[in-house]
Amino acid sequence: MNIEINGAPILFSLPLFGGIDITATLIISWLVMAVIIGLCYWLTRGLKVRDVGKKQLVAEFLVETAQKFVDTNMGKKFSHYGPFIAAIFSLSALSSLVSMIGLWSPTADLSTELGWALLVFVMITATKIKTSGMGGYVLGFTKPIAALTPFNIISELATPISMAFRHFGNIVSGSVINTLVYTSLALASHGLLSLFFGWLPGAAGEVLRAIPFLQVGIPAVLSVYFDLFSSLMQAFIFCMLTMLYIASAAEDA
Amino acid sequence: MLEKAIVLAGCAIGAGLALIAGIGPGIGEGYAVGKACEAIGRQPECKGDVTQTMLLGCAVAETTGIYGFVTGLLLLFVGPIYLGGFLG
Repeated sequence: MNIEINGAPILFSLPLFGGIDITATLIISWLVMAVIIGLCYWLTRGLKVRDVGKKQLVAEFLVETAQKFVDTNMGKKFSHYGPFIAAIFSLSALSSLVSMIGLWSPTADLSTELGWALLVFVMITATKIKTSGMGGYVLGFTKPIAALTPFNIISELATPISMAFRHFGNIVSGSVINTLVYTSLALASHGLLSLFFGWLPGAAGEVLRAIPFLQVGIPAVLSVYFDLFSSLMQAFIFCMLTMLYIASAAEDA
Repeated sequence: MLEKAIVLAGCAIGAGLALIAGIGPGIGEGYAVGKACEAIGRQPECKGDVTQTMLLGCAVAETTGIYGFVTGLLLLFVGPIYLGGFLG
């Protein structure tokens, strides 16, 4: 039995600039964004000061949780980062969670995470330049001694790469292990059925032996960890690291 | 033919060796979780903070293991295609 682990499937090509490949990553990312925007729009219709409805309570709870999360980790000074962190968290969590309904999850593609990580890197660098000025930022690489400059540059560049690879690796390792488990369960159920129903001749026997009955239920246990826990965990960690890096960039001066 | 076989074997062996990187994060995270359990045992009221810090630390400690995993994936699924292309 062959096991295939592929990158994002290419759905179609746009005939522009010699063909732009539209992958499942792109389509599902836009789908996730549309869902988030739709949810925000739906939750914030008809807000009232008195007699608040259930919908408004949910919306207030979400906003307050996000704001408190940012305030406790970055301090009041950075509370304007709340919407950004909430956006990254919801995008990351939903992008990973779509794998639970059988869609291709955009976070299993390195491009998605690398995009987010580069965005965060730009924000970190901008914060550093804002706090210590352009000269201070460049001089910051020569601390504590000038001989360490190349290492400082490497560790600076490693930040977005490690953020992207951490998220990507966790999601992809889950999907690889899921694929391996599904394949081995299919093989095991085929072997068991051949043992018991090996005497059945003809097409009926072939069909009966091909039923992967072990695939029912057992992978769900793994799915709870890899799809549900790991997805939310990685979204949380990505946001946490973003906040820590930005907050420490502002303290460097 | 022989060259291709050597390249494929090298990729497979390399992927296996790359996954040895999993040992480090395993030991490190186990140590971190053990210490977090001790801390929660001493001060149960700090459970939330300790758990949050522990999870963040675990995620950072995991990075090297993830690098090993990504290297293994590249060697298994990407390496043979490109190296095969070089050899023709």
